[in-house]
Amino acid sequence: MTQTDYVIAAYVVAAVGIGSAVLWAYLTMRRAERAAQRLRER
Amino acid sequence: MHRFANPARFLRIARPATPLTFWTGLAIVATGLAWGVFLAPGDYLQGESVRMLYVHVPTAWLSLSAYLGLGIAGFSVLVWKHPLAEVVLAALAPIGAAFAAVCLITGSIWGRPTWGTWWVWDGRLTSMLVLLFLYLGVIALMRAYDEPSQGARMGSVLALLGLVNLPIIKFSVEWWNTLHQPASITLSGSSIDSAMLWPLLTSAVGFALLMASAVLMRMRALIAERKVAARTARMAMAAA
Repeated sequence: MTQTDYVIAAYVVAAVGIGSAVLWAYLTMRRAERAAQRLRER
Repeated sequence: MHRFANPARFLRIARPATPLTFWTGLAIVATGLAWGVFLAPGDYLQGESVRMLYVHVPTAWLSLSAYLGLGIAGFSVLVWKHPLAEVVLAALAPIGAAFAAVCLITGSIWGRPTWGTWWVWDGRLTSMLVLLFLYLGVIALMRAYDEPSQGARMGSVLALLGLVNLPIIKFSVEWWNTLHQPASITLSGSSIDSAMLWPLLTSAVGFALLMASAVLMRMRALIAERKVAARTARMAMAAA
């Protein structure tokens, strides 16, 4: 493996790790706020 | 501080702040990383692998800062019993854990071409691994109780106890022999050339905003979940 391969691997790990944390936070927020909204409307 | 620890007031600020921090953070991270990868020079000693600096170092700074925030939230839970402090504690722990994990894995990937090994059990690496375990411990403790407030109190105790690990991480490179280099940026200045320092600081600001947006999202989710639970309980009592 060249040094560039290691750099690419590190950036992929960062993108996947932080990207999935932010995506999970967004999806749980959307689901919870929609559930609260539905309950308010009932 | 107590004035702002009101969930309704918090939501009025958090709703517009969430997309603002996310999109600004994403734009700044993209700028900082593109600057670091395509414009900043390689290192005279480490060559191209120094470009891992722009993801590894910001995630390290932020996982430590988030743990400090966790300790402050834990203190507020135990002393003032703020409901919003419980929410901060529950929101910060998984996001901080994700940043700590990314820091550890990118550090390991950096270690292979630089030191010739993926991992060594030295002071800096081991104390960072302990930080990740502390985050996981706080998450596990908070989920171990049926009553969320009791879980928050237990999680707060661990968050406060774990604060002792922060100076250990910071000074591990001075106290013990380690493969990890000592701090390049201190209060007295930086040994990093400005051609690398500016993209590093740019990506750190971007990652900080992304972390803030994720924490805001989790806080909004937790507040909404609590509202649903409270309203469902009220409806069940009314029906009974």
